[in-house]
Amino acid sequence: MGDDQADSDTRRESESDAVYRMTGSLTITRAASTQRELDAAQDPLTIDLAGVKKMDTVGAWLIHRTMRDRQAKVVGASPDVQKLLEQVADADHPTKVRPEQRSAPMRALDELGEWVSEAGRTLIGLLGFLGAVMIGFAAVIRHPKRFRLNAVVQRFDLVGVRALGIIGLMTFLIGVVIGQQGAVQLEQFGAEVYTINLIGRLSIRELATLMTAIMVAGRSGSAFAAQIGTMKITEEIDAMRTIGVSPVEALVIPRMLASVIMMPLLSFFAMIMSLLGGGIFVWVALGIPPLTFVQRIQEVVPITDLYVGLIKAPVFGFIIALAGCFQGMQVEGNSEEVGTRTTAAVVQSIFLVIVLDAVFAVFFSQVGWL
Amino acid sequence: MTTPAIITIRGLANSFGEDQQVHEGLDLEVRRGEILGVVGGSGTGKSVLMRSIIGLQTPDEGEIDVLGENMIGRDDLDAKNIRRRWGILFQNGALFSTLTVAENVQVPIREYFPFIKPPLLDEIASYKIAMSGLPADAGPKYPSELSGGMRKRAGLARALALDPELLFLDEPTAGLDPIGAAAFDELIVNLKQRLELTVFLITHDLDTLYAICDRVAVLSDKKVVAVGTIEELLALDHPWIQDYFNGPRGRAASAGLNKGHREA
Repeated sequence: MGDDQADSDTRRESESDAVYRMTGSLTITRAASTQRELDAAQDPLTIDLAGVKKMDTVGAWLIHRTMRDRQAKVVGASPDVQKLLEQVADADHPTKVRPEQRSAPMRALDELGEWVSEAGRTLIGLLGFLGAVMIGFAAVIRHPKRFRLNAVVQRFDLVGVRALGIIGLMTFLIGVVIGQQGAVQLEQFGAEVYTINLIGRLSIRELATLMTAIMVAGRSGSAFAAQIGTMKITEEIDAMRTIGVSPVEALVIPRMLASVIMMPLLSFFAMIMSLLGGGIFVWVALGIPPLTFVQRIQEVVPITDLYVGLIKAPVFGFIIALAGCFQGMQVEGNSEEVGTRTTAAVVQSIFLVIVLDAVFAVFFSQVGWL
Repeated sequence: MTTPAIITIRGLANSFGEDQQVHEGLDLEVRRGEILGVVGGSGTGKSVLMRSIIGLQTPDEGEIDVLGENMIGRDDLDAKNIRRRWGILFQNGALFSTLTVAENVQVPIREYFPFIKPPLLDEIASYKIAMSGLPADAGPKYPSELSGGMRKRAGLARALALDPELLFLDEPTAGLDPIGAAAFDELIVNLKQRLELTVFLITHDLDTLYAICDRVAVLSDKKVVAVGTIEELLALDHPWIQDYFNGPRGRAASAGLNKGHREA
């Protein structure tokens, strides 16, 4: 039985009444060629199985379908082979293998419809989720004992403290890049000294907060979605509910708080690092000493720029946590869903952050914080 | 012994970390054409034993021969020819969640026999699905749409995809209702007889042991302490075996079987 690849030989002998003689082993190893040969044989067909030493269900199936579809006769089957043929005949039920396929235009319409209803459902779901989070916050405020300090502090660590390194490095380099690009352009007008204005205002008003938000979305927003999504699949969330623990209070609120509180702190840190990068650049490249740099920054960057940067930060943090937790909660079914939902969380939060940033830019200009 | 051994394990030792020895000097033989039940308390390394045999876990010591070939230290490519001669049903089915049931069944066939044309592949998948006792509309469903019992059957259909000689089942009836479990037992016996399988069966289910196992191996104290038919095991004076088969559940299962015999 162990010699699968042994001298198996299935060949056709052209006799007058088309007898197809099979010898050796008729198994899945030879399925493709046996099928070809059987298809090529002419009707009416008689299959002689006397020489078959070994057969598996695939071989039996090939014989069975020839018998079924072409009324072929089978002769010389040993009892074992006969038994196997009966087995597969038993299992021959019309079984669906593929989902039904529609024509291409119908499929396109189908997909469009599904997309629209999915978008609608997501929007309504998001609204509902927002409501649930609000209720959760209200419940925690009314019953402060239910507030999970440990969970929140742990999230502070994960979202904030552990992000310091990468955010610091990133914004430091951004400061250097602004300085370098600014210097190259402004040099043409002999106005290199304005590089400091550029570094100061751009970093503090816009880039530090925005880059921090993007990094937090990539680092923590994705983690929120993946963690909660995995918990959803393993039914941990259901377990929580049945025990009486609200998943919103236990999972969502700590993450929301962490990202709302950590975002301004991280943004402030990012501003400092960006100024540091720019300051070092102008010192090295333009020969402006650090003290002068600091003095100039004080003169040219209005305090409102800092407000603009810091007011945006918690809002971005809220958006990131909302998208991450919401997408995580939407996970259902299989592990692939965790991946797509995580991607959706990051894409949505970065997109919304940039849209809101534009809104804020217009708003603050209108308010007169130029 | 007239029947040749299909799996031979000698002096197997497995451990996790420094101080957690799972197996030590474990010997076991599985004969061709039998259903061997493997029992043991939780944590006695039943699953680790199976994983060692199928090459998912490299043992610290010992020799494992499967289908006449040594399995230790073989690389994946080398062991491929042996791998396609066995089928494995993991505890939770381990179906690929992004593929339909039919596609799951086709995965091993596509992997080993890429020249088989899609229409024939579909036919093969459909009769395998029918053989495993799944309803006709199960083919295009995804594993998440199936019940626990159907998932096990789908896993079995995939395990049988390549017409294996050797079938490994890890707690096939765990989590099934008694009727479903009995039906699954019957299915395994049927398939074993029809397809001339050898079955290596890990189970906690006493009913399964009584109903379908030819021999039972008992894992305890890091080795196989006894192998034999249930009557042979009952004659032994090992405390765990006595507790196991003569506990309230063991007696109930044995009584149920005797009753079944009388009625039949």
